[in-house]
Amino acid sequence: MLNKENRPTAPATVATPTRDTFTGNRALQVEEPLIFEIARPGVTGVDVEEPGEFEARLGGRERRAPLGLPGLSEPETVRHYVRLSRNNYAIDMGVYPLGSCTMKHNPRLNEKMARLAGFADIHPLQPLSTVPGAIELIGELARWLLELTGMHTVAMSPKAGAHGELCGMMAIKAALVARGEAGKRRKVLVPLSAHGTNPATAALLGFEVVDVPAREDGTVDPKTAESLLSDEVAAIMLTNPNTCGLFERDVVAIGVAVHKVGAFFYADGANFNAIVGKVRPGDLGVDAMHLNLHKTFSTPHGGGGPGAGPVVFSEALAPFAPLPLIRLEKDGPRLIENESEIAPGEKPFGRLTAFHGQMGMFVRAMSYMFSHGADGLKQASEDAVLNANYVRAGLRDLFSQPFGDRVCMHEVLFDDRFLEGTGVTTLDFAKAMIDEGFHPMTMYFPLVVHGAMLIEPTESESKAALDLFIATLRDLAMRAKRGEAESFRAAPVHAPRRRLDETRAARNPRLGWEKSAPIGEAPPTRHSPA
Amino acid sequence: MRYLPLSTADREAMLAGIGVASIDDLFADIPHDRRLAGLPDLPLAKSEIEVERVLGRMAARNMPAGSVPFFVGAGAYRHHVPATVDHLIQRSEFLTSYTPYQPEISQGTLQCLFEFQTQVAALTAMEVANSGMYDGSTAAGEAVLMARRVTKRGKAVLSGGLHPQYRAVVETLAGMSDGTIDALPPDPRASEDILARIDNDTACVVVQSPSFYGSLIDLKPIAARCREVGALLVAVVTEIVSLGLIEPPGAEGADIVAAEGQSLGNALSFGGPYVGLFACRQKHIRQMPGRLTGETVDAEGARGFVLTLSTREQHIRRDKATSNICTSSGLCALAFSIHATLLGETGLRRLAAVNHANAVRLADALSGVKGVRVLNDTFFNEFTIRVPGKANDVIEKLAAKGILGGVPVSRLEPDKSDLADLILVASTETNTDADRAALVAALKEVL
Repeated sequence: MLNKENRPTAPATVATPTRDTFTGNRALQVEEPLIFEIARPGVTGVDVEEPGEFEARLGGRERRAPLGLPGLSEPETVRHYVRLSRNNYAIDMGVYPLGSCTMKHNPRLNEKMARLAGFADIHPLQPLSTVPGAIELIGELARWLLELTGMHTVAMSPKAGAHGELCGMMAIKAALVARGEAGKRRKVLVPLSAHGTNPATAALLGFEVVDVPAREDGTVDPKTAESLLSDEVAAIMLTNPNTCGLFERDVVAIGVAVHKVGAFFYADGANFNAIVGKVRPGDLGVDAMHLNLHKTFSTPHGGGGPGAGPVVFSEALAPFAPLPLIRLEKDGPRLIENESEIAPGEKPFGRLTAFHGQMGMFVRAMSYMFSHGADGLKQASEDAVLNANYVRAGLRDLFSQPFGDRVCMHEVLFDDRFLEGTGVTTLDFAKAMIDEGFHPMTMYFPLVVHGAMLIEPTESESKAALDLFIATLRDLAMRAKRGEAESFRAAPVHAPRRRLDETRAARNPRLGWEKSAPIGEAPPTRHSPA
Repeated sequence: MRYLPLSTADREAMLAGIGVASIDDLFADIPHDRRLAGLPDLPLAKSEIEVERVLGRMAARNMPAGSVPFFVGAGAYRHHVPATVDHLIQRSEFLTSYTPYQPEISQGTLQCLFEFQTQVAALTAMEVANSGMYDGSTAAGEAVLMARRVTKRGKAVLSGGLHPQYRAVVETLAGMSDGTIDALPPDPRASEDILARIDNDTACVVVQSPSFYGSLIDLKPIAARCREVGALLVAVVTEIVSLGLIEPPGAEGADIVAAEGQSLGNALSFGGPYVGLFACRQKHIRQMPGRLTGETVDAEGARGFVLTLSTREQHIRRDKATSNICTSSGLCALAFSIHATLLGETGLRRLAAVNHANAVRLADALSGVKGVRVLNDTFFNEFTIRVPGKANDVIEKLAAKGILGGVPVSRLEPDKSDLADLILVASTETNTDADRAALVAALKEVL
């Protein structure tokens, strides 16, 4: 077909070209060098005024050598980062079913609220009399978290989930010190399916980690827990729902057994998003639990943070919560920054961070919670669990479930038995999903299952999105079973990069751009056409 | 609910597909007697307009830094962040991606982190930097733990010029494992004799420069003493812009740098989220905490980046990990990196010079106020003044006049009566001559 100017308006049939492009680019996929390779000396993208005349008070300690910092003009900077951004997958682009990571939709209203000058442009040490609204917001969020968890007190300052774990376990250690039992209680029980942060946290505090095996159905048997409990045990760290996507149905009995020997019950709240509005950890015997605001309450993951990990405490541990404290008093919340302001009975174990915590994340989480309300939060939990079970039902005849075909919570776990004899590994399967336009599920975690594939769709996926996801995974499974292992081993072929050599990266670590020539003069390594 | 795509019909069809009668069947493992009978005792869902109204009302109760003459610092600084930074970090691909576990589809984040590491190493004049920590205070705490691992010694000496809340964080974190902490008393005049505290049991010495009280500390003699006894020097920097003007810790012999990166790219945000910078010597990288991004190649030989040396980390090593850090501060690191790219060497040097010049002008102006004394001989963009009476009262009176005049040291050291008349005053590029004049005039009125 030709239009009036004789310009073809329909593509001619041609063979797929195999030739590399001159630039190395692939249409919208543009190869982008490092800033150090494209910057030119003296260039800046910020117009800073000249300082004018003044007498320096540096005591002769001026910087002598150049910094070696590359600079770009504003348009070059924008282009650099926009091009790089296009090499990332994102929840805004498609299904991101990373089990236990909870990649749910990040509402943009939250971003807008966090950027209000009254939240973003206030200093942590300006007089508290000038920030009553900030303290009101922290107090309101604390109130919501306590109501949803049924707990006694909350420490708001931890910066992320693992920091929250540290906070919770430090409070437990402080409580043991107060009881004169810190020397005796050296052990912490951790199920093998736990996040790596749990044993790392316990070890950081000098505890000996004792593995707790799961029973046949993937949950902890209270009898097993009892057999490991003694007056040498400080605590159990239990994730519930656990990382196999299963609710620990004997959690109450486990809690009773833990308390019977005088130990504490730490709950990893990474999977709280499955049960918000359905059951409260405070009603299950929990003494401390961190909440990942960046999982359950939708603050964006940002390519690896920032997160926020407030910790809720039972009455037994409440006195040991760290500074700063947010005290919910009758006439409004109060922020307690120093030992000198604490009330009788409060014995904070110390301070985990400068200032008051992740305010920017608090605003986003509050915006999410206000938007959902009690009814929406409960519905979100139900939809997350419904979606995970829908994926399970859609795959159960082709995939293998390690603990049998049983109801799961917000995530569904498969193992690699269904790939036996195909020559396709979990890793290959995951990489093939990339070519199909999906982010892979969490792979090889939890460690208790061989070749684990942990899928968490979250409540943000529509039925149509899940139907395509399920159909794609079914097709991949069929291809594997048909003997197409080669194509899996080659995957991904359509991503910005093929599989990367991680061994080489670790063996000879190059952790920064190495100056082989002055900034801007180093030859781009891949960009330059042959 | 606008964020939930499933319709009632979808839900029914899906339950049927799963083969259960009701949603409750999916929650069957939760003990019956513990389930919530009704809804939590909280308000119901709100529209976008309603949420904006509620949160907008809370925000309006606060006094934003940009609305008044503003001189507050003490570890968090108000700088002008170019509009480009906030726009770029809100790209969906940066904002809504996870930690880059699948490198083939995370090269955007990974290359940015690699560039960030290189920028941090350059700024601090250190050999290597990691992909970021939660903030400066936790970076300082982790630095002490790392120094203990490297030296296999327990004692940490903390300078009296260290930010009091950093000191508390180090004491809390390092105090939970074996080893002692020797914290020197507050040192507003930068006159402490820290060399005398360093001995053969010392794992590390933690020194902040510019100090909490604003003074520039010469790290060279401390580094020399550390080398003599086999201890590590941990240099803390809470105002990273200072390194555009003054000698970097790496050039003065620091072994580890733990710094706060908020000043570049990140809003004040009442104290968080910020980003910790962590740099050290190449030979110690296997003892470093946090994520590291490294260069490699893909199956076709093209350059690419991956998270590396993860055998230090909790998801591989569990109880043998160098730290328990998982989610860190990726987006804040990106904001830092974009701002640093925009500035470049030329911009950062000029920015640092303007900060210093503004602080010098302010110090000169305040010296002219009766009763006010500037304590510092040296400083970058922040210094300490002594006022007659209680510093806290002065700051409150200034706030009542619509001026945020600084941080009373007593806010952070409430038990030290000899510090009750000290105020930290900071001045960045955001201050104008009019701001300084307003502070001077208001101080004359309230003193």
